[in-house]
Amino acid sequence: MDRARREAELMVVHDSRDSPRKKRITMGMTLTQKILARHAGLDHVETGQIINAKVDLVLANELSAAVAIEVMRTIKGADRVFDPEKIALVEDHFVPAKDAQSAKLAKMMKDFAAEQKITHFFDVGRGGIEHVVLPEAGLVAPGELIVGGDSHTCTYGALGAFATGMGSTDIAAAFVLGEVWLKVPPTIKLVYSGKLGPMVFAKDLMLKTVGTLGIDGATYRALEYTGTTINELSITGRITMANMAIEAGAKNGIFVADEKAIAFVQERTTRKFIVDHADADAQYERVVNIDVENMEPQIACPHTPDNVHGVSDVTRDEILLDQIFIGSCTNGYIEDLRIVAKILDGKQISPRLRVIVNPGSQKVWMQAANEGILSILAAAGCAVNTPGCGACFGGHMGTLGDGERCLSTTNRNYVGRMGSPKAEVYLASPATCAASALTGRITDPRVLELAHALSP
Amino acid sequence: MEQTLHGFAHTYGKNVDTDVIIPGKYCNIIDHAELGKHALEGIDPEFSSRVKAGDVIVADTNFGCGSSREVAPIAIKGAGVSAVIAKSFARIFFRNALNIGLPIFECPEAVDDIAAGDEIVIVPGTGMIHNKTKGTQHRAAALPPFMQSLIAVGGLKNYVEERLAKA
Ligand code: SF4
Repeated sequence: MDRARREAELMVVHDSRDSPRKKRITMGMTLTQKILARHAGLDHVETGQIINAKVDLVLANELSAAVAIEVMRTIKGADRVFDPEKIALVEDHFVPAKDAQSAKLAKMMKDFAAEQKITHFFDVGRGGIEHVVLPEAGLVAPGELIVGGDSHTCTYGALGAFATGMGSTDIAAAFVLGEVWLKVPPTIKLVYSGKLGPMVFAKDLMLKTVGTLGIDGATYRALEYTGTTINELSITGRITMANMAIEAGAKNGIFVADEKAIAFVQERTTRKFIVDHADADAQYERVVNIDVENMEPQIACPHTPDNVHGVSDVTRDEILLDQIFIGSCTNGYIEDLRIVAKILDGKQISPRLRVIVNPGSQKVWMQAANEGILSILAAAGCAVNTPGCGACFGGHMGTLGDGERCLSTTNRNYVGRMGSPKAEVYLASPATCAASALTGRITDPRVLELAHALSP
Repeated sequence: MEQTLHGFAHTYGKNVDTDVIIPGKYCNIIDHAELGKHALEGIDPEFSSRVKAGDVIVADTNFGCGSSREVAPIAIKGAGVSAVIAKSFARIFFRNALNIGLPIFECPEAVDDIAAGDEIVIVPGTGMIHNKTKGTQHRAAALPPFMQSLIAVGGLKNYVEERLAKA
């Protein structure tokens, strides 16, 4: 809406004070509100308003799909999904099936995909972690509205989409109706300034953000990432940041789709999309400034993702490790593996720990193979797994035992997240994890030479 | 007589997350009662042996944060818990609980007042929470009208059925 029209409207509002219907002053909308309004078929939405919005894509993995399919079967009159092209089903949590029960869930999803003629079904060996797969397969574009049966669905905000996680009953409803009810969230604007220093990455920036906001600091809210630092970030870096919006409790996290994002999407799809921008007079609940100049690598200590400290604080004590995990929808991308390989190239990991690597998708795995990264990692002593969630949520492939300590590139470190409730999980960037792999203890990646000397 | 929920309180702190409500390794279970056997295992391993049908979970802020697993409220319901009272709920847990019919109440005063083992009676229709042990009562925050209408039709599933019937 142009300024003249808005002013005219404000005038009208002013002139008709006794008409309650016109009393509502229309404020500018945030990026999130713009997308929600369009999908609800409205010119304007306001914070707190409950809307019915059309969805462009509904996602589920084998765990959330199994429950959603069961629910859908009990809904009278719901035999078909609303649009078989607009559903994505990805097997990733227990792949390849770790036991008969997991195989049963995977089969339920596969049979459902066949029955409903769902085109975007990603079986083992053809997909990977859902949130790595969808952007990679061109299933996410700016301005779209995506819901998924997984809390990290918020990842797609990296490309300027509104995306949020829901439970299986909501997903079943979305399968059938192609719509969801949503409460329009207030937006917290994050403004980043400064240049990231050496060995400081998007992951550090996001850990810092979660530490600043707190794990319930953005509950029911949208995060809008802005500022000069963000413009410099790669798409993978933005994905890492949008992915962890939920770690501050947020409904979604979103970036404006700039040229970089548009190019990324256009390389992967010919679908038309709309690039939204926040209005100049958009109403933010609050603005949080984060200056990254001189920021060190960050670490989330046990047992919450907001227990974040600078690495030099953490390494003041010697924190010996039993396992390092590299992967997940936060940091399982080729860019991440390249950093790890660069640090481990020609070296051996410390004999006191094990390092487990899960490339995020089949494509990432293949790219890493082509670049020689998988051999570098294997030669250094890492166990390289098939793509999937793996150890991230304590399901299998690297579950922690009592008293074990793990440094991980993942997004959560709650009690029991990676296995035993008596284990400890620290979260960090791939670089910090790789540096620590050489020493067997949490290590500042900025002192790699030193780190290497420490290696037994 | 108005329907009431009645049981004894089990109290917890802030940020009870979905990983402790139902650890990831159990997320491939579908059966509700079976899930119930592992409810809150990550924070309170004896919970499922201690809990009696009708009991109430009382927790501080941000209950249910973390993953979107709908099996979290299902496990709590499967364990026989009749309601959760918290100072606040995480967003996805809140939706999931509404959708699967686990009654939840946001009421900071009640949380501050209730101690472990207190006898609680809740009147869902009015949001009144009675602490029989202490002789106190509190009223939980009302839900927005749309969510009340969702509950009135019997949850999201019925809402979808109504929509389909109208289409
Ligand atoms: S990698 Fe971890 S956080 Fe991401 S979808 Fe899988 S289990 Fe969830």
